[in-house]
Amino acid sequence: MNFTDAQIQRYSRHIILPEVGGKGQKKLAHAKVLLIGAGGLGSPAALYLTAAGVGTVGLMDGDVVDLSNLQRQILHTTATINQPKVESGRKMLTALNPEITVNTYQETVTAENIMGFLPDYDIVLDGSDNFATRFLVNDACFFAKKTLISASMFRFEGQLTTIKPHAGYPCYRCLYPEPPPAGLVPNCQEAGVLGVLAGTMGILQASEAIKEILGIGETMADRLLIYDALEMKFRKVSRPKDPACPLCGPHPTITDLGSNYSVTCSI
Amino acid sequence: MIKVRIPTPLRPLTKGQGEVESQGGSVEEMINLLDSAHPGLKGRLCDDKGELRRFVNIYVNEEDIRFLQGKATTLKDGDEVSIVPAIAGGR
Repeated sequence: MNFTDAQIQRYSRHIILPEVGGKGQKKLAHAKVLLIGAGGLGSPAALYLTAAGVGTVGLMDGDVVDLSNLQRQILHTTATINQPKVESGRKMLTALNPEITVNTYQETVTAENIMGFLPDYDIVLDGSDNFATRFLVNDACFFAKKTLISASMFRFEGQLTTIKPHAGYPCYRCLYPEPPPAGLVPNCQEAGVLGVLAGTMGILQASEAIKEILGIGETMADRLLIYDALEMKFRKVSRPKDPACPLCGPHPTITDLGSNYSVTCSI
Repeated sequence: MIKVRIPTPLRPLTKGQGEVESQGGSVEEMINLLDSAHPGLKGRLCDDKGELRRFVNIYVNEEDIRFLQGKATTLKDGDEVSIVPAIAGGR
């Protein structure tokens, strides 16, 4: 594939970087990234991946745009309220960069459908809003050997890590072996979230995805980032592989997506 | 003196403080002392049997105590302990 003059101009600030160059820009053009959730995290991530020239962006979300989303979900606008988020998102992404392919899936991710989507992608970004989906996406990406960039947030605090057990790194269950039972840890947007925190965390996800595509910089695959927006503090802690991990350990007890990924969602 | 980072979901128990000071020669002792100063904290970190809950991690400096000596992990003056529960929000 050769870039057109317009593409060279569009991506010139990338191409001039020795770490990217024309070769890296081609890697981005061939990359396929699936976003689980076109909401708070998925919005900024999708916008920057699209702007960066990632060739295929998949948006998966079953919801429609609600007025209360617009405080942080910048893929959507007042004019697209009540429209499916994936359609609203497609319009925005195509307007930003008509040269990329945007695939849309207006459905909720489930144990039944996820393995059907993963083969078409290289990297998955988890921007879901509940533990059940996070464990499901982790397990599915493990079985499909796809790199997963996971971010989550709560009020003023965010977490981010890269998950690629197929490359010898730990999985999400190595970090948190089990989801909390309902009622112990608040996990829903009803708890409130600083809108711009979604931007910070979603853009960090996009940044890590681009690094994984280009193969540059330090991976977050053995680290967990914790960001406190109120104190303006970023901390990184180590994230080792759990030798007793029920999924990616040597003696797995989870061998398919038959587990009960029931939604726990209360404060 | 040990500095303990309190995550947002547990701050109602520490009057909103994101960082508290504590003592203790081990993580277990520290948890008991924290619970005396901030009643209810231990129940959020440990289950009925006193085992650390599987969706809450405790780090001494940058290391997860599950991969050190668990609650028996020793603490020394100047250590920084971080309590990091799983969070799931994304939308």
